[in-house]
Amino acid sequence: MPRQTLAEFTIESLQVLDEDGRVDAALEPALEPDELLRLYRGMSRARELDQRMLKLQRQGRIGTFGPCIGQEAVSTAAALAMRPDDWFIGSFRELGGRLMRGEPMVNTLHFHNGWEEGNVLPPEVGRRMLPLTIIVGSQVPHAAGLGYAAKYRGEDAAVVCFMGDGATSEGDFHEGLNFAAVWQAPVVFISQNNQWAISVPREKQTHSRTLAQKGIAYDMPCLQIDGNDALACYVAVSEALARARAGGGPTFIEAVTYRLMMHTTADDPRKYRDEAQEQEWWRKEPLLRFRQYLTGKKLWNDKQEEALLAELRAEVDTAVKAFEETAAWPPDRPFEHVFATMHPALAQQRQEFLAHVKEEADA
Amino acid sequence: MPKLTMVQAINLALREEMARDEQVVLLGEDIGVDGGVFRVTDGLLDQFGPGRVMDTPLAESAILGSAIGMALAGLRPVAEMQFSGFSYLMFHQWEGNATRYRSRTQGQHTCPLVVRMPYGGGVRALEHHSESREAVYAHVPGGKVVMPSGPRNARALLLSAIRDPDPVIFMEPKHSYRSFREEVPEAEEVQPLGQAHVVQAGDDLTVVGWGAMMRPLLKAAEEIKTADGPSLEIIDLLTISPLDSATICASVRKTGRCVIVQEAPRSFSVASEIIARINDDALLYLEAPVRRLAGYDVVTPYFGREKNYIAPVPRIVRAMRETLAY
Repeated sequence: MPRQTLAEFTIESLQVLDEDGRVDAALEPALEPDELLRLYRGMSRARELDQRMLKLQRQGRIGTFGPCIGQEAVSTAAALAMRPDDWFIGSFRELGGRLMRGEPMVNTLHFHNGWEEGNVLPPEVGRRMLPLTIIVGSQVPHAAGLGYAAKYRGEDAAVVCFMGDGATSEGDFHEGLNFAAVWQAPVVFISQNNQWAISVPREKQTHSRTLAQKGIAYDMPCLQIDGNDALACYVAVSEALARARAGGGPTFIEAVTYRLMMHTTADDPRKYRDEAQEQEWWRKEPLLRFRQYLTGKKLWNDKQEEALLAELRAEVDTAVKAFEETAAWPPDRPFEHVFATMHPALAQQRQEFLAHVKEEADA
Repeated sequence: MPKLTMVQAINLALREEMARDEQVVLLGEDIGVDGGVFRVTDGLLDQFGPGRVMDTPLAESAILGSAIGMALAGLRPVAEMQFSGFSYLMFHQWEGNATRYRSRTQGQHTCPLVVRMPYGGGVRALEHHSESREAVYAHVPGGKVVMPSGPRNARALLLSAIRDPDPVIFMEPKHSYRSFREEVPEAEEVQPLGQAHVVQAGDDLTVVGWGAMMRPLLKAAEEIKTADGPSLEIIDLLTISPLDSATICASVRKTGRCVIVQEAPRSFSVASEIIARINDDALLYLEAPVRRLAGYDVVTPYFGREKNYIAPVPRIVRAMRETLAY
């Protein structure tokens, strides 16, 4: 048999809204004005909360957290494209999507202040949204299993699973994509390529020309999108979800964006990257261009912007107030949630623990 | 009552539970068409179909990782690690996710799943096929570790493990897979997790074992009883974690002497933990130091010399005599 080409692959990229807010009319999704405004509001809520949390962290009022500033478009647009029964599996820069799915801001604050209680969401919200994943990439196989379960039960639900660019180097990423593809599970994998995994830049992270092409290894449809373009995110996720629901299996989306802030508040990017690069990406950030788009459509003006910001500030104020006024939770709750039923040795340890705590408080 | 091998008894438990609850699904390497490399899942693919008996790609982390997703969605996955020696490829999913979802979400999301894995030596296998590392898993809060010792309790424990609301590591002594048969009741029999089994009551010495070591331990007990005549209380742990220290300590308070027989290396082990529990709850009743008859702190040797490394009957007899005579 002669040497011949067995397969050839191409990688598409998608941008609907350019950096100046100009829309490609042929690609523009048919979103109603109220949905467009919901999307903008969703991204703005995340921005407002992130900015407040930065201040709170610097004042010692919450703990270390990873800001999502500059990456609001991806998860917020994905959440808009999702149905309530779809699973939302986050990494740790999906604040926009989490809020859009109904996570109360007060939960976000409790989580980032070191309380598991922050992860306990109102039942209708938490039913199909998992907490942040700290172990990079370990959520990817979970998504394959959740998708398998949906398919097994004949549910119409799909799974949207986020990760970063660094996660695509992890074994779990490849194992999870492979499982989802073998099972043709209804999963949309989205890598938010924000160019930096703490201090390691994208070009050192992988030799692959695109992250999107990593989906080709598992023969799943893949696409690179402008991750700061909320409309491209919405289009890509909607298409992938429709394919997943129709039995077409998983999709891998690389959303190119940029981490405008530090990895977490414990990190200082000055040590490893140039401010000029950050400035360049500030010009391409997602809220700015979406505002220009809405303004062009006569759906938005400065007055509305001012009113929205005032409203969101008030919403965040209320959340921070509720957060700071929450009475301390009992110290021994971790004992209750090791197993469904506490075993005797643990019950004994809990008594010892409570006695110590009381004694130390009285001293 | 039919007499079954452990392989057959585990197969029976899986079959029963899959017939009872259609949320139970199996996944692992070679478990479908091949019926598993030890044939534990033989025939289940034919009976329940490929949607419930999945031959997965070769990736331990995604086997547990996807099982976690299934469990979060309400299924009851039973995953197989082909050998416990390969399970470290999924260890971060166990330590980082399976055992933590309950506490992470204070019970909003849980992972009721079972990971079955053959463990232990004595089968002349390649490297990584002979270890006994229950302590590694028992050290992790939020997960249970179960180790049957015979066909009958393997069946009864596996039913409980699958029904348990929390993740369970189910370590099967591969040396006992086919080495003997036991009568296994046709009617459903369930052994609750977290309860040790007092195999034989006695007054002079408590002997604690589990898994594959129960067979030589029982033979040693028989020998010493015939020759020396002491009355031994024999405890089969069955569940390693959570440990049934009440049963152990009650026995030691009665006998004042204890020998623990384990296949695993001695240091930082289950035997060490048992001694710590006795120290907490029965120290003043002791007539002799508690004896750990364990493996050695060496990398599990290749099978050419492994038989010297797993305590044979005479070594167990000797440890019992020394503790009785102390």
